Amino acid sequence: MRTGSRLPDETFRYAMIACGLSVAVVLGLILYELVVNSSLSLHQFGWRFFISQTWDPVKDQFGALPFIYGTIVSSIVALVLAVPLGVGVALFITEMCPQRLRGILSFSTELLAAIPSVIYGLWAIFVLVPILRLYIEPGLMRYFGWTGLFEGPPYGIGMLAAGIVLAIMVVPIISSLTREVLSAVPRNQREAALALGSTRWEMIRIGVLRNARAGILGAVILGLGRALGETMAVTMVIGNRPEIAKSLLAPGYTMASVIANEFTEATGRLYLSALVEIGLALFLVTIVVNALARLLVWSVTRGLPARVHAQ
Amino acid sequence: MRNKAGARSEQISWSRRFGDHLFTALAVAALLLVLLPLAAIFADLLERGIGSINWAFLTRTPAPVGVPGGGMANAILGSGVILGIATAIGVPLGIGSGVFLSEYGRNRFGDVIRFTADVLNGVPSIVIGIVAYSLVVLRQRHFSALAGGVALGIMMIPTITRATEEMLLLVPVSVREAALGLGISRWRTTVSVTLRTSAAGIITGIMLAFARVAGETAPLLFTAFGSQFWSTNINQPIAALPLQIFVYAISPYDEWHRQAWAGALVLIALIVGTIAVVRLIASRGMMKGTT
Repeated sequence: MRTGSRLPDETFRYAMIACGLSVAVVLGLILYELVVNSSLSLHQFGWRFFISQTWDPVKDQFGALPFIYGTIVSSIVALVLAVPLGVGVALFITEMCPQRLRGILSFSTELLAAIPSVIYGLWAIFVLVPILRLYIEPGLMRYFGWTGLFEGPPYGIGMLAAGIVLAIMVVPIISSLTREVLSAVPRNQREAALALGSTRWEMIRIGVLRNARAGILGAVILGLGRALGETMAVTMVIGNRPEIAKSLLAPGYTMASVIANEFTEATGRLYLSALVEIGLALFLVTIVVNALARLLVWSVTRGLPARVHAQ
Repeated sequence: MRNKAGARSEQISWSRRFGDHLFTALAVAALLLVLLPLAAIFADLLERGIGSINWAFLTRTPAPVGVPGGGMANAILGSGVILGIATAIGVPLGIGSGVFLSEYGRNRFGDVIRFTADVLNGVPSIVIGIVAYSLVVLRQRHFSALAGGVALGIMMIPTITRATEEMLLLVPVSVREAALGLGISRWRTTVSVTLRTSAAGIITGIMLAFARVAGETAPLLFTAFGSQFWSTNINQPIAALPLQIFVYAISPYDEWHRQAWAGALVLIALIVGTIAVVRLIASRGMMKGTT
């Protein structure tokens, strides 16, 4: 009828499409800037960058292995601690918690996720690290020293401290996603298990966990993604020494921390480029990890992966 | 043997009952272990922070090392400036792409954008910092509040996008149809009816995104950079509360440590306050289904 009204409609539609595209453009821009700014280091070192242990800005020799090692080990420590806790909390809240407590508990875990990284770091420096140095690390050395994982002077600061802080930060992610996945398990699965005479634990094992395991794995991987890229809290307690040590009590360094500490001080062009290349590696790894996690979570919470709201 | 075994709980074998109790105990223990650091952090923040919060802390700039007193007023102001820029970037783009996803994105292209937003959400903040550095700082040739705002603004986009989409999807199709049936054009319907209906939910999403980036430190290290002085110039380096906490926390001075705790308390009060307001809106039933 009113043909004139088509124009504003179309304009609005294209404006909204442009906004949507901006998300993709930003992601593309991130990749582009990282590649361009690390090209010097990419050409100079090639794959050796990721297997070399030398990090010597004075001689312009850069190898990222100590940082990759530190990132992986601190994240593994974090997951070993956070997975049982996160899944346990999720099971408690969805399967056994009295209705009245549920709101308070989920709010509490939400708060844990809202605390900024730098505050975790501050708390870790002044509260957690002294506790580790005085009580926990001497105990670990005494009883588990034979494993070789707990050797050397107990500084408090080091890989273990970083792993523990990361664990505290990752628990809310794992538990909230696990809760989402658990509540997607159909009720009749639980009822069927109970009808067969299961105890609650057997019901959870047979009726719930078995159905939810892909989604829980997704939640764990998403937690891993967060742990890999976490910067401030780790930088403040890991000790920042680019060495590969077997002991968890020894100081280490992570990919994110080295960028945080050295980016503003990087004088040479190659130095800066090497730091950006570490950022590029971190970016690519977290993209793969996050995409994998999303697909796993979707496979449980929706019928089909990768088609969230499409109905 | 016990043929009459069945529903009666006494006849569940000892080991099965033990397993059940063990599991319950472990789940409760996990919960307590998770709540312990939460309680400890808040208790420590209050205990160590509150003593150093005074008028000077909230109104003065930092004092040089060795000089007592001084405060973080310029950092609080700086955070406000940076967050203002971030909001100006993140909110329009986030709402726009949320509208796109819910109103025009029920297709393959929309799925791609949706997935991209999720991926962007998972990019480490330090990497966003590098990108803001090369996009803004390298061009301007110096650190600036603008660069910090760009970094945080990028981080706000995906959160607001998904929150907007979720909220708009809750508006029943019949509401849209009613508006269209009155002869109102499609874009007016979206702006004045659909968006208006879900405004409370979208504002909630924006505030959550705000609370999330308010405490970000890593992307500001080499964008906003920090400063000891008053500044509102977006083209100059600027102080920020999280940055100041970081610098003071790793310094060797007791006085600075005290100020770091006080700054942390102010920051957490800001963030928890925002979340509490969100909860209040949520409990009034104006918003359903946000996470």
